[in-house]
Order: sequence, then C-alpha cells, then structure tokens
Amino acid sequence: MSFFARLLHSPEGLVGLLLLLLLAAAALLAPVLFPTDPLSIVAAPLTAPFTNGSVPLGTDRLGRNVLAALVHGARASLLVGLAAAAVAILVGALVGTLAGFSGGFIDEALMRVVDAFQIVPGFLLALAFVSVIGASLPTVVLAIALGAWTGPARLARAEVLSLRERDFVAAARVIGMHPLEIALREVLPNALPPVLALTAVIAAGAVLTESALSFLGLGDPNIVTWGSMIAEGRNVLRTAPFLSLAPGLALVITVLGIYLFAEGLSDALARRRIRQ
Amino acid sequence: MQHALVLLRRRLISSIPVLLIVVVGTFFLLEAAPGDAVDAYLAGIGGGDAAMVEQLRQSYGLDQSIWARLWTYLLSLLRLDLGWSVAFDRPILQLIGERLPNTLLLMGSATALSFSLGSLLGILAGARPGSFTDRALSIGSLALYAVPSFWLGLVLSVVFAVQLRWLPTSGIETIASGKAGLDRALDIARHLVLPVGALGFIYLALFIRTMRAGMAEVWRQDFALAARAKGLSRPRIVFRHVARNALLPLVTLLGLQSATMLGGSVVIESIFAIPGFGRLAQEAVAGRDAPLLMGIIVVSALLVIVVNLLVDIAYGLLDPRVGTSEQAA
Repeated sequence: MSFFARLLHSPEGLVGLLLLLLLAAAALLAPVLFPTDPLSIVAAPLTAPFTNGSVPLGTDRLGRNVLAALVHGARASLLVGLAAAAVAILVGALVGTLAGFSGGFIDEALMRVVDAFQIVPGFLLALAFVSVIGASLPTVVLAIALGAWTGPARLARAEVLSLRERDFVAAARVIGMHPLEIALREVLPNALPPVLALTAVIAAGAVLTESALSFLGLGDPNIVTWGSMIAEGRNVLRTAPFLSLAPGLALVITVLGIYLFAEGLSDALARRRIRQ
Repeated sequence: MQHALVLLRRRLISSIPVLLIVVVGTFFLLEAAPGDAVDAYLAGIGGGDAAMVEQLRQSYGLDQSIWARLWTYLLSLLRLDLGWSVAFDRPILQLIGERLPNTLLLMGSATALSFSLGSLLGILAGARPGSFTDRALSIGSLALYAVPSFWLGLVLSVVFAVQLRWLPTSGIETIASGKAGLDRALDIARHLVLPVGALGFIYLALFIRTMRAGMAEVWRQDFALAARAKGLSRPRIVFRHVARNALLPLVTLLGLQSATMLGGSVVIESIFAIPGFGRLAQEAVAGRDAPLLMGIIVVSALLVIVVNLLVDIAYGLLDPRVGTSEQAA
C-alpha cells in the first residue's frame, strides 16, 4: 500500500485532506469567482442570507457580499498560516542546528534567547510587534513567527545533539569541510524531518493568532480576514448573528482540517515505521 | 523541602539572564516605533509649542541617548519602578497591580476548569484505548481545539447572556452595587462564568489529549499488566494504577500553558470588558503607550517564570524521583 493510500485509509486523514483541498480551491479561485473587491458595496446593507440570489449568504452592515468576503478571507488565513509556519520552522531549524552543533558558549547563549522568547506570551509579543511596525500582511506573518520558532529550535537542537557524533559527520570533518558547511549541509537536512512534523500545529496556531489579531483591529486593514469579519459582525451581534457566526465557522473548519490532516499523516507515518 | 530550596535558588539565578534578554529585546523593539511617548501624548492633547515639547522630552529623559535610557530603565527596574504611563498618566506598577488580580482570577479559574474536566475526560478516554468513547472524545477535543477563543466567547455571550439572559454580558462585577462579602464574591463568580468557560474550554482539549496519551503509554507498562494479572477490578486499575501515573505530564503542561493563557486573556478580557491585565495590553497598544506595553511584557515574563517555578516545585513534591536526579546532577 502506498503512503498516499495509507493516508487516505485513516478517516481523519481523508476528511482533513478534503477540507484542506476545498479551502485551497476557494483561496486560489477567489479572484476568478469574485473578481470585484470584496470590500466594495454590492447590495442593500444587512441582506439576510439565502434571500437574494446574487448575494447567496447576504450582506454585512455596509452591504458587502459575505460569501465573497469568506472566500477571499480563506486566502489571507491560509497564506498567513503557511508563511508563518515556514518562517518559524526555517528560523527555528537554523538556530537549533547552530546551537546544537557549536555547543559551548554559543549553544548556551542561543538557548537563553530561546528561553526568553518562550516566557513572553506569544500573543503579547505579536501585539507589540504589529503595533510598533504597523499592520500589514508580512508584519503579521513575522509577528506570529516570532512566538512560534522556539518549538522547532528546541527540537532541531535535540536532533542535532544526537546526530553530531555520527560517523558521517566525522567523515565530513576528515575531508576538511568547514564546520558551518557541515552543520548546514550535512546535519541540518538530517535533523529536519521531525521538525517539519511541527508544521501543521504551527500553521493551525498561526491561523488562530492571525484571526485574533485582526479581530482586535491589528490585521492588515486593506484585505478581508475572517477575524475582521467577526469584529465587524460583532456590532450587529444581536440582530444579525450570522455575520459573526459564518467566519468563525470557517475558522473552525480550517483549523480542524489542518489538525485532522496532521493526525492522519502521523498515523500513516507511524504505520510505515512499524512495517519497516 | 531541602530539594525545593536548592531548585528554587538554581532556577532563580538561571532566570536572571533570560529576563535581561526579554527586557533589552523589548526595549529595542519598542524603540523602533515611529514617534515616542511625547508624540503620543501631544496627539492626545492636541499638540503644543516647541518649548513645551522640549521640556516634556527632558522630563521623560527622551533627550538622552538610547543606551543611557536603557541603563536608566534597568536601574529603575531594580528598584521595582516600571515608569510612568503616558496614556493613563499614572505609575505603571500601580496600574498593573490594580489589573493583575482580575486576570489571575480569570486564568486560575480557567486552568482549574480545564485541568479537572480535562483529566476526567482524559481518564474516560484512556480507560479503554481504541473504544468508541475514546474515538469520540478524541475527535471532540480536536474540534474544540480548533475553535478560536474569542469566537467561542462571542457565541457563549449571545446564547447565555443575550438570548437566555442567565448571565451578565460584561464586566467583572455589578458596578456600584454596594455588595460586600459573600454577595460580592457570588456577583463576581456570575460575571466570570462565561469568560472562564470561553478560556478554559479551549485548553480543555490539550489536557484531554495529554491525559489520554499518557494513559495509553502506562497501559503498556509491566506494572499495569501485573495489576491486571492480580485480578484487580477494572476501575481500581484505571484510577489507582494507570491514571495516577499519567497525571504527572499534565502538571508540566500547566507551566507550559501559562504563557499561552496569559496571551489568550487579552482577547477574552476585551470581549467581556473585564478590567484586567490583558485588556490593559490592548489599551496600551491603542494609546501608543510604549512604557506601559514594556512594563506589561516584563511583568508577564516574570509571571510565567514564577508559575513555571511553582510547577517545578510541585513536580518535585509529587514525584520523588525528580528531586534525587536533581541532586545527583
């Protein structure tokens, strides 16, 4: 049975994969499905959902198309989630590898920096960072990654500590490779797989953090995000709760999709390891 | 107890450089912001002439170099002086001292809720790994973990406060109610039900999953097999042998989660209008109050250090093996 078949065999993996494919399709096709700016006014304000064919999910307080905003919001959420996870893993793996491979003072110093980032609540750090640098999509990605790179760093360091005494590292030393080259070209690639396994958890957390930031009004003001939709809908929570409920459900589905997919993936990996 | 003291001293000393990194790092981050505290203050009062600006800068020490200001800040930190809030025009320490108890109450209750309910459901799931209950709880906790806490808070407040009118929508207590003693405590408890629920339920999932995974691990150990071979009853094995040994990792989780929960309280307090530490952070950002934000980050780092220290001490008391290895090291 191929790896992919094993992934599809577990119900979690299958459902997660389907959810993620659906979201990715929505995110990629958003400009095709709804070419007009989702922030533009298209119909009477507060049109109830399922009443007007041209705006299937109704409109918000300003008369903006809810369905278009939801689909465009998927773009922002997935983009931030993936980018933040990529930055966090890249930085974490680099720092962890350098710390573990150098040992001594460099290791000690780098790990104290990791400790420092771990004792500051990630959300507070993101809040401070965005408020200082200004709210834009890249800033939000960096702000979230700032609070998420310590996990990968610790894991990479632990991996490197067990790898650096292996024969292939000694061999690389013997042929006269520069220590930095050994660390980055020989050790890092071997330490990477378990670190990459953290991607899903970090991406899921990043999606949630981004939504909380934009809910508080600290997201990029020029694009639609699910968090800002919830904040906007909150003003009419009593009369039109749907406006806050819909983007919230979209968030739950996205994060659940990522978790289920990760669960299925780790199940499939574990089963492969047992067979070997 | 001796172990605890040794551990305490070692941990306090090792946390000093870490705290220093936090202070210096945050100082430079906030320094990078366009404009300083005086600009923010002037924007608030609607401008002022050049002489006044100059005098204000001098009184805040903003005319000095960045290194001189960092040094002054570090020295005043040693005297437990966090500086002056521009937005509130009050000492920062006093402000934080006023707001912190509300947040500690919120976080403490949410932790108690997620820990107790989470370990209970985790035992239920781990009692028979692979059973229907186990699978249902596993999917359910995953779904719960995917819910944004602020959205859960909104949904809870729409259902229980707006529609059913069972509980108050916002605040920490009824304003100017004149209540005292037990009445006041009950009033605060009523106000805290929804925010504690929203914050606690998010972390519930983590405790369920950790407890369940721990129990699955313990079932494979020899002593679990021995207990079964002795013919002990199932509930006795589950509670006295398996669950007891799987409970320790949850204690570690308490320390790890304290930072996350502190961050989560920012949104929850803003939704339920609780005058707490997290809301203060949001107000500092809105008021462009860099010294206040700085103080908040430093105090939260200290808080996380203290919580982790308490967790470590508790861990040593619960598991005698930890203390011995510390001493041998």
